[in-house]
Amino acid sequence: MQERVKSPKFDIIGTRPIRPDGADKVTGRAKFGADHKIAGQLVGKVLRSPHPHARIKSINIAKALALAGVKAVVTREDFKEQSPEFIPAGEMLVNYRDVLRNVLAREKVLYEGHAVAAVAATSETIARQALKLIEVAYEVLPHVINEVEAMKPGAPIVEDGMITAGVTPPPTTPSNVAKRVEFTLGDVAKGFKDADVIIEREFNTKPVHQGYIEPHACVASVSEDGTAELWTTTQGHWIARAHCAKLLGWDITKLRVTSSEIGGGFGGKTVVYMEPLALALSQKSHRPVKMVMSREEVFRASGPTSGANIWVKIGAKKDGRIVAGEAILKYQAGCFQGSPVQPGCMCAFAPYDLENVKVVGYDVLSNRPKVAAYRAPGGPISEYAVESVVDELAATLKIDPIELRLKNAAKEGTKAAYGPKFGPVGLVECLEAAKNSPHWKAPLGKNQGRGMASGFWFNIGGETTVSLQLNEDGTLTLMVGTPDIGGLRASLAMMAAEELKVPYAKVRPIIADTSSLGYNFLTGGSRATFSSGMATVEAARSIIKQASGRAAKLWEIPEDAVSFENGEFRPAGDNAGKHKPMTLADIAKVAGKTGGSIVGYAAISAQGAAPSFGVHIADTEVDPETGKLTVTRYTAIQDAGKAIHPSYVEGQFQGGAAQGIGWALSEEYIYGADGKLQNAGFLDYRIPVASDLPMLDTIIIEVPNPRHPYGVRGIGETPIIPPMAAIAAAACKATGVRMFELPMSPPKVLKAMKDAKAGKKA
Amino acid sequence: MQYESPDTLEAAAKLLASATDARILAGGTDLLVQMRAEVLSPSLVIDIKKVTETRTIKEENGGFRIGAAVTGAELKEHPKLRSVWPGLVEAANLIGSTQVQGRCTMGGNLCNGSPAADSVPALIAAGAVATVVGPNGRRDIKVEDVMLAPRKLALTKGEIIASFFLPARGAHASDAYLRFIPRTEMDIAVVGCAVSLALDASGTCTAARMSLGAVAARPLLVADAAKALIGSKIDDAALTKLEAAARAACTPIDDKRGTKEFRIDVAGVLAKRTALIALERARKK
Amino acid sequence: MAKHHVSATVNNDPVEFLCETDQTLLDCLRDELNLTGAKEGCSSGDCGACSVTINGRLVCSCLVLGVEANGMKIETIEGMAQGDKLHPLQQKFLEHAALQCGICTPGVLIAAKALLAKNPNPTETETRYWLAGNLCRCTGYDKIIRAVMDAASEMRKGA
Repeated sequence: MQERVKSPKFDIIGTRPIRPDGADKVTGRAKFGADHKIAGQLVGKVLRSPHPHARIKSINIAKALALAGVKAVVTREDFKEQSPEFIPAGEMLVNYRDVLRNVLAREKVLYEGHAVAAVAATSETIARQALKLIEVAYEVLPHVINEVEAMKPGAPIVEDGMITAGVTPPPTTPSNVAKRVEFTLGDVAKGFKDADVIIEREFNTKPVHQGYIEPHACVASVSEDGTAELWTTTQGHWIARAHCAKLLGWDITKLRVTSSEIGGGFGGKTVVYMEPLALALSQKSHRPVKMVMSREEVFRASGPTSGANIWVKIGAKKDGRIVAGEAILKYQAGCFQGSPVQPGCMCAFAPYDLENVKVVGYDVLSNRPKVAAYRAPGGPISEYAVESVVDELAATLKIDPIELRLKNAAKEGTKAAYGPKFGPVGLVECLEAAKNSPHWKAPLGKNQGRGMASGFWFNIGGETTVSLQLNEDGTLTLMVGTPDIGGLRASLAMMAAEELKVPYAKVRPIIADTSSLGYNFLTGGSRATFSSGMATVEAARSIIKQASGRAAKLWEIPEDAVSFENGEFRPAGDNAGKHKPMTLADIAKVAGKTGGSIVGYAAISAQGAAPSFGVHIADTEVDPETGKLTVTRYTAIQDAGKAIHPSYVEGQFQGGAAQGIGWALSEEYIYGADGKLQNAGFLDYRIPVASDLPMLDTIIIEVPNPRHPYGVRGIGETPIIPPMAAIAAAACKATGVRMFELPMSPPKVLKAMKDAKAGKKA
Repeated sequence: MQYESPDTLEAAAKLLASATDARILAGGTDLLVQMRAEVLSPSLVIDIKKVTETRTIKEENGGFRIGAAVTGAELKEHPKLRSVWPGLVEAANLIGSTQVQGRCTMGGNLCNGSPAADSVPALIAAGAVATVVGPNGRRDIKVEDVMLAPRKLALTKGEIIASFFLPARGAHASDAYLRFIPRTEMDIAVVGCAVSLALDASGTCTAARMSLGAVAARPLLVADAAKALIGSKIDDAALTKLEAAARAACTPIDDKRGTKEFRIDVAGVLAKRTALIALERARKK
Repeated sequence: MAKHHVSATVNNDPVEFLCETDQTLLDCLRDELNLTGAKEGCSSGDCGACSVTINGRLVCSCLVLGVEANGMKIETIEGMAQGDKLHPLQQKFLEHAALQCGICTPGVLIAAKALLAKNPNPTETETRYWLAGNLCRCTGYDKIIRAVMDAASEMRKGA
């Protein structure tokens, strides 16, 4: 079932036009990261650490440099030290000491696959040979992989001298805990005292990778005068520019970054890996340098999200009213601080209107690649654990899980543990839609079970700039700076066309480079349609105002005597009917003679991002003899605020659900005792394939965000949050056992079922 | 890296014997992956697909002779093979994706030397014999004797698998292959199981062979499985014996794809399920 | 050793290129012939983004050596539309929003075209299994499957 949403109020918004970049993408014409080529370009390759933890005693590049065809080699010597302070980079706080070390190891290698050196050569073969000629002397150190092990006294210390922040008084001995965070509301001790039922559980999740199908790729070209161009596949080219300029010590203006079409990101393309290396190699070799990661490098050396250990305790009255919720989250950060434990804490109990909440988070280092953002970073892990306990609570109290949630649902006016009071939010509407959906009422087959779970993401706004040019024939060119990963250009063109009352096809959106537009924060946090949409509307309104001025000038009437109705500029008030109305195209024709080109420009910091709640229903079937779980039916319900292009909203729901299904059942980073990743490829890192999934039904709920001109809420993050708990709940019904660990892979499920059977017999 | 594509297997064997680290290229679905990952860097790649006998399926002495470089997709498209050896064809068709099916071969699947190769248990259960061409001529070898250990084969320097011979089948005989994987496609078998059996007119099992993959250092021919089935009507008692025989034969390892305990459990489950499918098919013939 | 001289037909055009033994057909299409529509997602045959047909047979071009293409007839995504007329599959992918980032799209389209050539009326299950070797991380496959089935239906009407 595909819910169709169409508001009669709008001409274009809520319809499903073909995306502007569509034809290029179905014909192979669209240029992604690795599709760009510059004459004379060299091939850049990275030498990576074979050890999970080792001190670098020396690096000798002489033999590599001597190889014919090798044009440059860069190592730690080529980059200046950076400050360990967290400083603003656009909207983010970044510690460039760590960014630098992740790009290229300095004192130590901190994970298997950590970059140690890079070469640029005239061919792939020569570049590979050159890597083998670089001599690195390592002093191998003991390593630690698991976050619980890493927190134990005596664990190998990943970052020498690290003292836990957020603890008073500060600890005197170094540890792998970078930070402790806490969010508290009310008094949990008092809450638990009032509870009739208390459920307390521990959960473990594994790191999962964003799994974008396009590996990281870039082409850098540095000119003799120090100006440079960088073409890269990124979720934020202004961010890439900031990081590269900082690491290379360049003026920002010298670097022009173009974002290619991007083959998936999901948060994983918000950081730089090879870009600074490609620029440094190009600077040294005086040639353009292209670098493309292999799939294996993507898995070993680009960010997965955290694996975690989570403890949750929930207390409730017999009638289902939750009186206290408490959680402790231990998130892997990888080898540098900065796990998404803080958003994990913020999201944990957010779907509930609670008086007493306490969430404590720990940011834990270990010898793994530094985690990167992954769709709703931090949220899926903590909400999986909380939602699983809520499901158990419902079962214990014999209350329908939807009813239990309705009883406790966050709504307008609910104060979240992390601070804000919610405005209008759509959780109750989503729960009601779930309850009334055909799916929730459908009969189940043998060995099948049904579960549901809620999800929450807060969404963000941020710095956004767009430029909307009225062309001389009345068409419009919309320049935006948030890379389009899944239909953004369509949604923005629709908003511009709606605002200006021109046909959708008359607006051509493009993603501008960093030198063509003011600053844009990245595409992430579910901000692009919200923020760039807000800026687009502002730019369109500026065009209307400017065009009104031109009409006023032509008609020699005051500007405020021109009205804009149904796509026409008309003399209004006393002047009504005195002049022939003009369309935007009419004004465009005479723009040159009436004051010059008309361009709408909006440079904003988008405020008013509103949370999006979702509810998913999953059916699973278990093979009782092998423990294999299959998702047989799935429905994703979510509040979109306003669905600009419903197909791409549904697409986000479906894509997030599919990633969540993978996280629930089959995806995980598998390490050996040697600290090395064993499944760095799509063969054994098992993302769902087409035959693994059923159709993914969607229901779009629209509770408009009052702070967006069209009511938009970000919707990309939330859909990855409910699947794990919904599937765990369904699996519990199908198997009779509750699983507390992800992924729920067949060996684990079969063992749990056998243990339960044995337990019953005993 | 050199590339040669000789017209005869004799020429190919000569090339293979002459170079220190030459590799045979059939479908390339394992070789190219290993070359790209720099696991293998052969000095010479010998493409055997220009040799007609490696690329043809023909009927011979009531059975079939299948060239070692016939692809999975071609096996499936053969008008008769699928009805006589459905288990073998389905096993070969579980290797990789549709795209991989367009290239992968049973010769390559065997010679890659993986204990988890899907088509190998099916060939073993079928009683297939490989014809090998080497610098000293041709010889036949039972498929179960080809692989010794992971990446280790009983072929001598310069030897190439030319074809597989599948014996003639009587009435009421068929086969089946099942594997367990965590997804529905695109995985390597955690356990693979092939059963080939024949019934007499009364439905009593007169011949049976079962082979298991991914539960030991090489694909196994489980002798006790035949004992469990032959002489029975493949009733519950026989299936229980078969399940026990399958589990007893396993000497698996714990690895990223499964635990020992899980593999042993699932081997028993698959043995029963596979036998029932083969039985159903045999009854219909 | 000298490079191999390969003559082949790509999208009905005769082409010639030089390649090393270890260059894959995908490398040759992208680097030697500038046909970058086929994508490299894994180089191990696990993602299908490099799908092409060789003599009508669907393969991963990352698992074929360039030198093997000599004398072969290759079809890539660049040859799918006829003039300014998109193939029904291409059109349906756009109408159904069956792509988000679009990196898997060329491979999925080539694979789907091969499916419909063999089976003009596939079931949902057949479609899903045929496309199991084409990973998509954005869509959850729902709209892809719908687009393929819809295109199949339209092509049957047209046939």
